[in-house]
Amino acid sequence: MQDKLQALREEALTKINEADDLKALEAVRVGYLGKKGPITEVLRGMGKLSAEERPVVGELANTVRAAITEALEAKKQVFEEEALNEQLKAEAIDVTLPGRPVTLGGPHLLTSIVTEIEDLFIGMGFEVKEGPEVETDYYNFEALNLPKDHPARDMQDSFYVTEELLMRTHTSPVQARTMGEYKGNKPVKMICPGKVYRRDTDDATHSHQFTQVEGLYVDKNVRMSDLKGVLNQFAKQFFGEEREIRLRPSFFPFTEPSVEMDISCKVCHGKGCSVCKQTGWIEILGGGMVHPDVLKMAGYDPEIYSGFAFGMGPERIAMLKYGVDDIRHFYTNDQRFLAQYHQA
Amino acid sequence: MLVSLNWLKQYVDLGRETPESLADKITKTGIEVEGIEYVSEQLDHVVVGYVESCQKHPDADKLNVTKVNVGDEVLQIVCGAPNVAEGQHVVVAKVGAVLPGNFKIKQAKLRGVESNGMICSLQELGIKEQYVPKDLADGIFVFTESVQVGRDVTEYLNLDDAILELGLTPNRSDALSMLGVAYEVAAILNEEVILPDETYTTTDEQATERVSVKVEATDDNPYYGAFVAKNVTIKSAPLWMRNYLMAAGIRPINNVVDITNYVLLEYGQPLHAFDLDKFGSDQIVVRRAADNKTFVTLDEETRTLSDQHLVITNGQAPQALAGVMGGFESEVSATTTTVLLEAAYFDGKRVRQAVKDHGLRSESSTRFEKGVDPNRVKRAGYRALHLLEKYADAKICVGVSEYDALDYSEKDVVITTERINDRLGTTITDQDIAIILDKLQFTYDQDKSTFTVHVPTRRQDITIFEDMLEEVARIYGYDHLDYTLPEGGQFAGKLTERQALKRFIKQVMEGAGLSEAITYSLTTTERATTLVAPDIKTQAVSPVRLAMPMSEEHSTLRLSLLPELLAVASYNQARKEKDLALYEVGTVFVSDEKEITKQPKELNRLAGILNGQWLTHPFQQEHKAVDFYVAKGIVETLVDRLGLDVTFRQAEIDGMHPGRTAEVYHNDQSIGFIGQVHPTLAKSYDLKAVYVFDLDLEYLYDHVDLEPNFNHIPRFPSMSRDIALVMDEMVPSGDVLATIKQAAGEHLYSLHVFDVYQGEHLPVGKKSLAFNLRYLDPSRTLTDDEVEASYEKVLAAVKSTHGAVLRA
Ligand SMILES: [Zn+2]
Repeated sequence: MQDKLQALREEALTKINEADDLKALEAVRVGYLGKKGPITEVLRGMGKLSAEERPVVGELANTVRAAITEALEAKKQVFEEEALNEQLKAEAIDVTLPGRPVTLGGPHLLTSIVTEIEDLFIGMGFEVKEGPEVETDYYNFEALNLPKDHPARDMQDSFYVTEELLMRTHTSPVQARTMGEYKGNKPVKMICPGKVYRRDTDDATHSHQFTQVEGLYVDKNVRMSDLKGVLNQFAKQFFGEEREIRLRPSFFPFTEPSVEMDISCKVCHGKGCSVCKQTGWIEILGGGMVHPDVLKMAGYDPEIYSGFAFGMGPERIAMLKYGVDDIRHFYTNDQRFLAQYHQA
Repeated sequence: MLVSLNWLKQYVDLGRETPESLADKITKTGIEVEGIEYVSEQLDHVVVGYVESCQKHPDADKLNVTKVNVGDEVLQIVCGAPNVAEGQHVVVAKVGAVLPGNFKIKQAKLRGVESNGMICSLQELGIKEQYVPKDLADGIFVFTESVQVGRDVTEYLNLDDAILELGLTPNRSDALSMLGVAYEVAAILNEEVILPDETYTTTDEQATERVSVKVEATDDNPYYGAFVAKNVTIKSAPLWMRNYLMAAGIRPINNVVDITNYVLLEYGQPLHAFDLDKFGSDQIVVRRAADNKTFVTLDEETRTLSDQHLVITNGQAPQALAGVMGGFESEVSATTTTVLLEAAYFDGKRVRQAVKDHGLRSESSTRFEKGVDPNRVKRAGYRALHLLEKYADAKICVGVSEYDALDYSEKDVVITTERINDRLGTTITDQDIAIILDKLQFTYDQDKSTFTVHVPTRRQDITIFEDMLEEVARIYGYDHLDYTLPEGGQFAGKLTERQALKRFIKQVMEGAGLSEAITYSLTTTERATTLVAPDIKTQAVSPVRLAMPMSEEHSTLRLSLLPELLAVASYNQARKEKDLALYEVGTVFVSDEKEITKQPKELNRLAGILNGQWLTHPFQQEHKAVDFYVAKGIVETLVDRLGLDVTFRQAEIDGMHPGRTAEVYHNDQSIGFIGQVHPTLAKSYDLKAVYVFDLDLEYLYDHVDLEPNFNHIPRFPSMSRDIALVMDEMVPSGDVLATIKQAAGEHLYSLHVFDVYQGEHLPVGKKSLAFNLRYLDPSRTLTDDEVEASYEKVLAAVKSTHGAVLRA
C-alpha cells in the first residue's frame, strides 16, 4: 500500500509537470485528489489495515496529498502568471498619446500684478483700502487740492455723471476718505488698488478705463528719504534686486515736493538702449510728500503730521514687464492673451 | 516748450555742456526733457552763393540755367525753383555735399545742360515744412541781409542748433519762456543770467496823446499797457530772429508779428500788435463782451461772444479776444505804419473760458491761463519797442498809456534748516541752503538757520514752505537723499476678511477651470440693462448714465457683468476660440433714483460664462459641451466651499432660456441665477448655446464664515440605502430631495440623486428618480431596524407630498 502511494505520487507529479494548461491541471487535481480519486480510495481502504500500519499509511497518504497539492498550486501559479502576462500584453496602450486635459483657469494679468503689489506692501505693514468708482467731485478733486478752477484739472479730463459726481480719475479719493475715517489722530498706512476712468479714446496706449494702485503713509515725522527707501524696497522686490531707482522732481497737485520714479533699464542696466529711449531709465510711478492742504482738509495738522503718497499703473507695469504692446489687450480678454499669463 | 540751445546761449553760458548732458541735468533737477532734436545734420560743401546770371533753359520751360559765384569759383547750376533770379544770395550745395535724407549732390546733366550743384530750399536743408515762411515754401531760400559769398551757411541758418523739448508740469509755467529756462539752467550750472536789452529812443509824442486806456473789467484785467510805434516799415524780420522762431516751432510772418512772437517766447509775456490806423478809434476799452455779439478773429473765423468773454474794444466794437487772439479788422499788414502794442495781464480763468468756448488755444492763451510774471509785463513791452526800433525802423512814442492795478509784490516764505532736514531726512547746513538760494537767484534775509525768502514773481508757483522745500530738495539733488525706512510705529498689514474672501472665491473659480476676465464698467445703455439679476432689478430704478459720454459704446454704468462677458465670448469665437470658460468679479452700479443726485450703490458680483465644449479628449471620443449642469456644478462647488446651503428654483428672467434657468436662494433670499442665455439674445452676439451664472458677492461676503470648524472623522461605518421612485415628470427633484431630507431623520448623512429615467419602461408623463441615502451615527453603529424605519418614513412622505411610489 505504501508502495502504491509512492507510485501515485510519482505518477501525479509527472502528470502535473506535463500539464500544459489550467484545464489539464484541473483534470490532474480531480483525477488524484477528487472524491473518487486513488488517494481517497487508499484512505478508504485503511480500515483493512492493522493498527500499527494505519497511522503510518495515514501519514504517508497525507504527505502524498500535500505534495501533490503543493505541486498543483505551484504549477497553477505559473499558468496564472503566464495568463496575466498575456493579458497585460494585450492591454498595452500608446503611452505617447496625450492625456485627458485637466482644465485650470487662472487670474487676469492685471490681477496678478495688483496682487503681487498688494502682498509686497502688506509685508511692509500697509493695509488695502477700497472706495467707490463713482466719486464725488469733492473727494476726487477738492480734497486733493484741486479746486474747481485749478488748471491741473485739464490734465485729467473726466467722465461726469452729474455736476457733483464723476467716474473717479484716480484712486487717490480713497486716501482722502481713509484719512477722514481716521479723523486726523491716527497714522495711515494704506494702498488703494482699483479701476479708474479718463476721457480718452481707446488706442494702443490709451484706455478710458484702467487700473491704479496708490499708496499713502501719514504719521509723525515721515521724511522724503522714507519715500525713497520704501519705493526702493518695492522696486527691488517687484522688479529685481539688481534694479536701481532714481527720483526726479515732478508735479502733482496733492503732493509737494513731487517726484517721478524711474528704474534702471533691465536691458542695458542704465547705459542706454532703444527700450529706454537711450536714457537708461524707465518711468514707473509718481509720488511725493503729501501736500499740507490735503492733510489739513482731512483733519491732519501738517505741523505735526507729514506723509508720502505714490501711485502706479499696473497696465504700464505689465507692458514694461511682459512686453504687452497694446493696452486694449487687457480689456478685450482674448483667451490666448489671458492664458499666456497663467503660468507660474 | 521747445528750447533752442543757440538762443538760450544768449542768456546763460552753457560752458561745455552738450545737448545730451544738459538735457540729463535739467531732467534730474525738475523739468523733464522729452526729446532732443537737431535742426539739421552736419553739412559740408553747403555755402553762400551769388547768382550772377539766370537764363531760361533752352529745352525746358520750368528750368533756369544760372551762374553762381561761390567765392573760389563760379558754378553753372540748373535750377527749377520759380523764385530764382539774378542778384540773389542763395544757399548752394556743391558737388560732394550730402543733404538730410542722405541726398548726395553729384555732377549732372539736366536736359542736356551741365549742372554742378544745387540751389537749396530751407526744407532741403532739414527745416520742417510747417515752420518755413510762406513766401519761401515753394522755392529756394534767398538771403535778405548781407552775407559773405563762399561762407558755410550753417551759422547763418542756425543749422547747428539743438532743440530741447521740455515737458512742463502745470506748476512750471515760468519755464514757458527763454528767460525762465535761463534761470533754471543758471541754477543748475551755477551761472548768471544775462538780461536782454530793453532800451530804445523816443520821439516827443506821448503814447497817451495817441490812445487812451480804460479798463472796465478790472478783475479780469489788472494791467493794460498800450505803447505806440510810428513810421514802421513792414518787412522780413532779421534772419537770426526768424531762425530762432523756426527752431521754437513758430513760422515767421513779418518783422512786427515776429517781434511780438519773439518777445512772447523770450519773456513768456504775450503781446499783441494792432494796426492803430485800423483800430477804429483812439480809445481802448477793455470789458466783458455783450451776449451774442459776433467778432471776426485773425484766422477769419466769426466768433459769437458772451459776457463770459473779455474783449479789447475801440469803445464800440471788439478788436481782440483778450489774451487769445486778435481781430481780423485791426491786424498788422504790409501797409501798416503805426503799431499799437498791447502788453497786458489777463486773468487766467477768463482766458481759459474763452479758450474752452471757442476751441482756440494759442501760445498767448496758454501763458495767460497759467499766469504770467507781473514784473515782466511792461518790460516785455520795452523789449519789443527796442526790437521795433532796430528792425522795423519804428519811432517810439514816449511812455505808455495804461491802467495799472497789478500786484507786483514778492511773496515771502520762511524756511528753517531744521524743518528742511526734518522733512527731507537730510543733514544739510545753513551754508548749503544759502548756496542753493543763491543758485536760484532768490533774495533772502538770513537769521542763523531761518531764511526769509523773497520769492521772485516769475515763480508764481512758490507760495508755501513745502514749495521752497521742493526747490531746496531738487537743487540739492533727489539723488543725494538717503534711503530710509519709516521710524513710526509698526503696523501689521493684513487683508480684510472681505478681501481675503474675494481672493478665495477667485481661486475656487480658477480651480474649477474658469479664467478671469476684466471688462469695461461703461457700456451701452442697452447692455447695461440686459441680464440684470432679480435681486438687482428690484433695487435699480434706472441705470446710471454719463452726462456727456464720448460714445454710446461707453455711456452707461453696467447693472450686470454678463453682457460684456457675452461680448468677450463673441470676440473669442470670432477668432476661433470657441471653447471658453471665464469669470469676472466686478462692480455693478445701482441707483434708486430716476434723476441721479447721489452716488449709486456699488455692488460686487461674480459672473461666469461658458461656451462651446467643456471637456474634449478626442481620441477617447470624450466630448462634453457646456450645459446647465456644468454651470450649476461650478456654482454648487463654490457655495459648498463657502459652507452655504443653497437651493435652486426654476425661474424666468429676461434674456434667459425660460426652461433652463434657476434662481439661487439662500434662506429665501435670491442671491443670483444660472442658466442658458435665451437663444435670441445669444444670437445677437453670434453665439448659440451659452451658459452663464451671476451671484451676489456682497451677500456671500456677509454670510460666509471662513473659520474652519473641526469635524471628527467618523469612526463608525455609514449604512447605505438606494431608493427609486416614480412620479409625475414635472415634480422637481430638488423638492423631492427636500422632502426626503426632512423625513429621513437625524441620522441621514448624505443624499444624492444618482439616476434620472424617462422612457419606454414608464408610462407617459412619468419619470423615475433614484436616490442614494447614507445614514450615520458618529457615536455608534446603527442597526438595520433603525435604518429601515427611516426608509419607511421617507417612502410615506414622498408618497403623500409628491405622489411618488417605489419603482417596480
Ligand atoms: Zn535701456
